Order: sequence, then C-alpha cells, then structure tokens
Amino acid sequence: MTTSAIPSGVKRCSTAQFMLWITAIGAVLLWGVYAMGLIWWKGLNQTNMNDAYGFALWIWADLAVIALGGGAFFSGFLVYIIGKKELKNIINYAVVLGFICYSSALLILAIDIGQPLRGWFIFWHANVHSMLTEVAFCLSCYFLVLTIEYIPLILENPKIDRVPFLHHLGHNMHGIMAVFAAVGVFLSFFHQGSLGGVAGVLYGRPFAYRSGLLIWPWTFFLFTWSAAAVGPCFTILVTWLTEKITRKKLVKDSVYQLLAKISGWMLLTYIIAKIIDTWYWAAHTAPQFGFHLMDFYSNNPVYGIWILIAEILVCGVLPALVLITKKGRENGFLLISAAILAVIGICINRWVMVLQVMAVPLFPFHKWYMYSPSWQEVATTILPVAYGIILLSISYRYLPVFPQEKELNPV
Amino acid sequence: MTENNQHKKVRRYGMVIDLDKCTGCGACMVACYSENNVPFRTDETKKLDSLNWLRVFKVSNNKSFPDVDICHIPMPCMQCDGMHGHGHAPCVSVCPAVATDYDHETGIVSQIYTRCFGCRYCMAACPYHARTFNWWDPVWPADMKKSLNPSVSVRMRGVVEKCSFCFHRYQQAKEKAFVEERMQVEETEYQTACAEACPVKAITFGDLNNPDHKVHSLKKDKNAFRLLESLHTNPKVYYLTKRDWVRRQCDNIDSHTDIKE
Repeated sequence: MTTSAIPSGVKRCSTAQFMLWITAIGAVLLWGVYAMGLIWWKGLNQTNMNDAYGFALWIWADLAVIALGGGAFFSGFLVYIIGKKELKNIINYAVVLGFICYSSALLILAIDIGQPLRGWFIFWHANVHSMLTEVAFCLSCYFLVLTIEYIPLILENPKIDRVPFLHHLGHNMHGIMAVFAAVGVFLSFFHQGSLGGVAGVLYGRPFAYRSGLLIWPWTFFLFTWSAAAVGPCFTILVTWLTEKITRKKLVKDSVYQLLAKISGWMLLTYIIAKIIDTWYWAAHTAPQFGFHLMDFYSNNPVYGIWILIAEILVCGVLPALVLITKKGRENGFLLISAAILAVIGICINRWVMVLQVMAVPLFPFHKWYMYSPSWQEVATTILPVAYGIILLSISYRYLPVFPQEKELNPV
Repeated sequence: MTENNQHKKVRRYGMVIDLDKCTGCGACMVACYSENNVPFRTDETKKLDSLNWLRVFKVSNNKSFPDVDICHIPMPCMQCDGMHGHGHAPCVSVCPAVATDYDHETGIVSQIYTRCFGCRYCMAACPYHARTFNWWDPVWPADMKKSLNPSVSVRMRGVVEKCSFCFHRYQQAKEKAFVEERMQVEETEYQTACAEACPVKAITFGDLNNPDHKVHSLKKDKNAFRLLESLHTNPKVYYLTKRDWVRRQCDNIDSHTDIKE
C-alpha cells in the first residue's frame, strides 16, 4: 500500500498530486543537472567568470546557503545544550534544512573548482594557514554530523521503523544526539567563522580585509554570529512557507515566538557588532591601505552606498527591532516580514563579501569590474534550490518531521 | 655577519622597470609567451580571459593636446615578500593545497600546476591580477608544438598560472654554477626572458640583496617606487619614473594626495 509509508495520524496529498509537484520541480532540477554536466565536461569556460572575477555567483550561493543552514546548528545548540525543549518541535525541520544547505554547499564547491577530480587535494595537501582548508575540513565533518542527525528521522518512517534493528538503532541514536549537537556547534563555529575569514584575511583587497583577534579577522566572528542569528529566521520562513503550501498549521505559535525572540536578540547584537566593525574598517583599516569609504561605493552602476544601508539598517536593525518586541513577533505579517528582511540582509552581506570584493578597482587607472552570470551558472545555482524543495517534500511526506502536526490537525 | 655572507644565504630576485624608457612595444610579452609556453586562443578579444604572465597596461594623464602624456606599465607577478616580509605573500598563505609557495632561497613565488585544483582563491587574493586561469585546454597550432620550450611544463585546463621570473632559467644557471664548482649564480647567467627581450633595456633583473647587481642600486633611486605600496604586499618589482602623475596612478594613497607637478 502506498500510504503505509506515510506516518500514521497525518494526512497527505494524493500520490498523483505529489508526483506532479515532484515532476515540476524535477524538471528544474534536470535543467541544473544538465548545466552541471556541461561545466564538468567542458570546464569553467561555460561561466562568465574571468581573471578579475575568480570568485562569483557560486561562492556567494555557497556562503549564503551555509549561513541560512546555520539554523540547524543553532537550534541544536538551543535544544540540546541550553535546554529549550519547546524547540524540539521545529528542530527536525531545522536539521533537514541544514542537511540540504550543507550538501548543496559541498555540491557547489565540487562544481566550482577547475579540477574537480583533484578536490581531495585540499585534505591531502592541506595548507594549515589557509582559511579555505579550515572551511573544507569543518564543512565536511559537520555535513557528517548533520547526516547522523538526519538518519534517526529517516528511521522513523513507518516502513523502516518496522525493522527491529533499525527501530532500535534510531532509538539509540536519539539518545546520544546531544553529543552530536555539541560537536555540530563546535564545528559550525569554526567553518562559519572560516568562511568569514576567507574574505577577511585578503589584505590585498582592502574592501574585504579586517584586522582581528590573533589569527582571526573580525569577519570570522561576524559570520558565525550572523549565521546563528539569521539561520533560525530561515527555519521560521521555510516552516511558514510549508504551512502555506500544505494549508496546515504544523508548529505552534509559541515555538515561532521563542525562536523569533532568540533570533531577534542575536540579530540585534550582531548588527551592533557589524556597525562597530564597519565604522572601524571605514575610519581606520581601509584608510591605512589607501582607500576612503566612498571609493568602495561610487562610480559604478550597482554598488552604491545604498547596499550598505540596505544590509545594515533595512535588513539588519529593522528586523532585529521587530523580532525583539513582543508585539512585533505576535503579528504574523511583521514576524514573517522581519524574517524575510533578515534573510535578505545576510544574503547581501555574503554578496558584498564575495562579489563586491572582486568588483572594487585597486589601481586608480582600473575601472570597476562588473560581471553577470552565464545561464549555466544560474542553472547550477538554482539546482540546489530544486534539490532542496524535493528533499523537503519527501521528508515532509514520509517522515514525522513536525511532532505537533497530529495535535494541530486531527484527522 | 657581513652583508656579503648574508647574501650567500638569502637571494631576493627582483626587477626594476623604467617606465620612462618603456615604449609599450610588447616584446616582453611576446618573449614571455614563447619562453613559458603560455597558450593563446584564436580570439583573444576578451582580455580578462587571456592567459598572460606579463601584461602591459597603458595609462594616460587624461589631458588634451599638447599636454597629453601616456605611460606603459609592464606588470609581471610582483613576487611579493608579504605583509611582514616573511614570505606570506597574499596568494601564498591562502592557497588551501600549498600549490603556490614562497621559495626562501630566491624569494620567488612558485606555482605548482599539478597540485593546483583550481579554487582560484589566490586570484581573489592578488591585488595585481597577476594570476590567470586556464579557462580552456591549451591548443597550439601544429607547427608551434615543435617549438614549445621543453624546460617549462605546459598547463592543463582548470589550473591557475603566473609569472615565475623564468625560474627554470635559475635552475639551469644554478646547475651550471654547480658543475663549475661555483657557489654564486652570476647576474648575466640568470636573466628573465622579458628583461632580455626589451629593446630599450627598460627591464633590469637581478638579486636585490646583491650589491654587485644593478637592481640593488636602482631600487634605491629617488624615483623608484612599487605598485600599491600602501597594501603592504612588499613586491620585489620596482618601477622608475620622474613623472608624478604616473606615480599617482600606481598607488591609491598617492592618488588621494596632491603631488605638485
């Protein structure tokens, strides 16, 4: 029976409807797979990257999905380390989202490198001074942790759960999940930070370069902090979207409220730190390297000072203020708007730390380097989105992702 | 320890390029292509996709006739000593697979093509755009295959390459000196292809630490400077010019400062 794979006590759409949905998203996925094949077969000449734009759309997508996937490690930290038991009602979805984001990030990296068959060199010939090495190690290890966190959920599928060994395996894995959550938090702290360090150590690029603490530039800490702040907003947003698509209430408002409150305070403290960092960089660091603030924001068609205002004020201060106030969180429209703004803000941050870094001219006789991605780059960037929607759909349909679903939607 | 004894231990090969002599003829670029087996494509109109280890930039003072003036700036890899001069060049410390390294014997920044997996982090780190990527597999016209330099390995698609100060020539000169039971490589024994090809001798190459080499005194000239010096990359390529507007084009701090003409 088809329905036997669906968890008991919950209602799902018909198989035909589900297949239609998967086919539609699958078509987009295939488009991305085709583009990926072209890139692997013909090389990076299929992109619009060039010698000035060595880092482009993919690296932004990589940084963005890793930041948004931060909801997994931070929710795990809140549930298993801090003891916010109420968030257990959303942690499964946060883990699935994290798994999708991190597997996507690894896939993007595999597409992005010029010699994919040599990808293992980063582990074998590791340069311990490189932030990218730290990223590769922590990212791979954390992906393993996320896989371990995802497995017990898969084992809860009614068909799989019938097998006694798998039932006990899942049960025992649940029992030690706090250990993996703690390992995940440790690893996430380093790889989120290292991704910030990737840009922050570039002293040949004053737009990105930051001073810091010991070997870590300030961007190291800002990236970790921002991922912890905005990751939960992304979890809220995707859960809300899932509720709209399935037309069901899946998580109680109190769960949203708690996660939003924590996210709001994290976002507020992050944005204060970001403002201080921006001021110090503009007033001290960049001038030491021969640049004034407006050198980075003028004489080009895209990167005006608006982007800094949008990132810090509109998509940073504003959503933080909404999320820390009870009235703001309790108003559904304001809550979701704030979550959307926070997600946009973090995406802008990752964008400027990758693409604007490449765009800024360093010599007075150079012009701004502008770039627009090729269709192959766009398709391979959409590929993880399609993959994510499919995995989310399958997980929602066949796994007991939301513990409160039965109670909120009695069949 | 005397300066001479120190020199036996540490060489710092570098260049001094006289911008007031350079005519922009491009002979240095052609010599570099030929010497280092740098591939090219039929259509080279997209300059940011072109492979070259040495680029000649043309800059202008943006004045109208009769005050107009132009300058050509040949730009190889700057072979940076890094922020604190310990070899932590912007590109070296970021490479995740040690595919680029700083040779403490010569101060030359190497690129190991068979180690590079094409992440391009070094390109993002280099402020001089000295590094180029093999976006395509190299293809040479059939007859040209026979004239490839056997001392320099050809590179494959998907890896980064850059100027090596013709390091193979240094190795050959060192071997010759060893056979002749000499410790020193003479100035004339190791010269880069671009320096040799320059018809007006605008490029001088040698050991910056060796008082017997011309570059040692040239780098101390009052008109000597380095590109983007304010970034603290410590390049080993120096430039000479008497023209203040040219200097202003070569560093952002200078460009923000009013220098009297």
